[in-house]
Amino acid sequence: MSSEQISSLFQLMLEHLPPTLKLFGFTLLYAIPLGMIIALLKMCRIKPVSWLTNLYILIMRGTPLLLQIIVVYYSVPILKLSPNCPEGLRGILDKVDIQSGGYMFRMILIAFVLNYAAYFAEIFRGGIESIPKGQYEAAGALGFNKLQTFFRIILPQVVKRVIPASSNEIITLVKDTSLAYAMGYMEIMYIAKKQMSFYSSLVPLFMAGLFYFAFATLLTLLFAFIEKKLNYYK
Amino acid sequence: MSMLEIRNLSKSFGSLEVLKDISFDVKKGEVVAVIGPSGSGKSTLLRCINQLEHADSGVIKVCGTDMLIKNGSGKTVYADKKTLRDIRLKTGLVFQNFNLFPHMTVKRNITEAPVCVLKKDKTEASKKADELLKKMGLETKGDSYPCELSGGQQQRVSIARALALNPEVLFFDEPTSALDPELTGEILKVIKELAKEGMTMVIVTHEMAFARDVADKVIFMEGGYIVEAGAPEQLFGENASDRVKQFLQRFNS
Repeated sequence: MSSEQISSLFQLMLEHLPPTLKLFGFTLLYAIPLGMIIALLKMCRIKPVSWLTNLYILIMRGTPLLLQIIVVYYSVPILKLSPNCPEGLRGILDKVDIQSGGYMFRMILIAFVLNYAAYFAEIFRGGIESIPKGQYEAAGALGFNKLQTFFRIILPQVVKRVIPASSNEIITLVKDTSLAYAMGYMEIMYIAKKQMSFYSSLVPLFMAGLFYFAFATLLTLLFAFIEKKLNYYK
Repeated sequence: MSMLEIRNLSKSFGSLEVLKDISFDVKKGEVVAVIGPSGSGKSTLLRCINQLEHADSGVIKVCGTDMLIKNGSGKTVYADKKTLRDIRLKTGLVFQNFNLFPHMTVKRNITEAPVCVLKKDKTEASKKADELLKKMGLETKGDSYPCELSGGQQQRVSIARALALNPEVLFFDEPTSALDPELTGEILKVIKELAKEGMTMVIVTHEMAFARDVADKVIFMEGGYIVEAGAPEQLFGENASDRVKQFLQRFNS
């Protein structure tokens, strides 16, 4: 490939970076709070709630993300056509416009959020359970109520403890966004594959790899910085 | 006036009875030491009074407020949530392993509860914290984090933290058991100081000499029962029961 071609290829990829970033950012935005809620549900004393949450996590972690994306994506059109679909559900599904531009992104995002929330939930649960019982007892003895104890005493300590494991998950997400390519979502992987065929060259793939690598490295540095910042106490 | 009234308190963990028919009083300004072998129920007793364990039956009255009572049908019930919380604020608890909040500075550890729980003004709470730190000999440590302090210093911070809520009774659960002998001295000195000021205290301890010197009343527990209770002169004297003598002998030898 000529250097001119490479430079125009770089331009093209840069233009397709925002969809990748968008999927990455929104997944984190929803998956982290949802993961915290799922973690708390799993630790819930009401057994059926805990079991159901466990089953959810088991399914989400036990099946491929790609499969989950495809299931979520095609669930609406297939259920709409199914003669067994209950009327109430059909009413809701009929309101979903599967032709609209946002449909694809929303469905992919839902699959990503549901999947990543399960992983975050397990990380957060581990973090919460690693806080010594004495912290709750000291807070209780000082008169803090349950909410104050969680938000002021427990959560800040959990954040510090879950950063290493979470950063692992977040860096994996950078690369997992490429799975959206399978649905025709126009992100970096999509454009790289297309250009590969167009130029009959591997260069677009290497360039895509470089984009992911740079992004992941940036995040690695960011998390190293955050970990250092949080190192003021042990 | 009685700061603490306990009648026929019982508590089991499954089939294991850890407290059996415990009754005693603590008067205002009194210092009570609870001694006895490990597993005798001393800590559980303190934890029941501080609502960290659920008692099975009996009566507990703290600062004149009913905490655990027998209702009309003879069932043992706890007071309502608000009353329980009010009681918690009237009592302070110092733990064996300090349980300071590691993510907060020493000063924040002390001011957090007054500000968040008692809704005290921040500057007022901060002033009070400075006073308490000075009293504990830690006036330069306000901005440090607990992990930067020695065990003895951490325990002094946790005493200051408990005192910040102006408790009427202060409970100590083996406050020196995690400390080496040198640091133990620091803590005992602070407790002695508080005793002199007239603080009502209940101290679970293995420091026999300290119990003898500071306590107005000593309670010896074993197997979930109070075996003997009385003035230190009595328990540490010739007329103590054989079991108490046998237990104390190990400490003197």
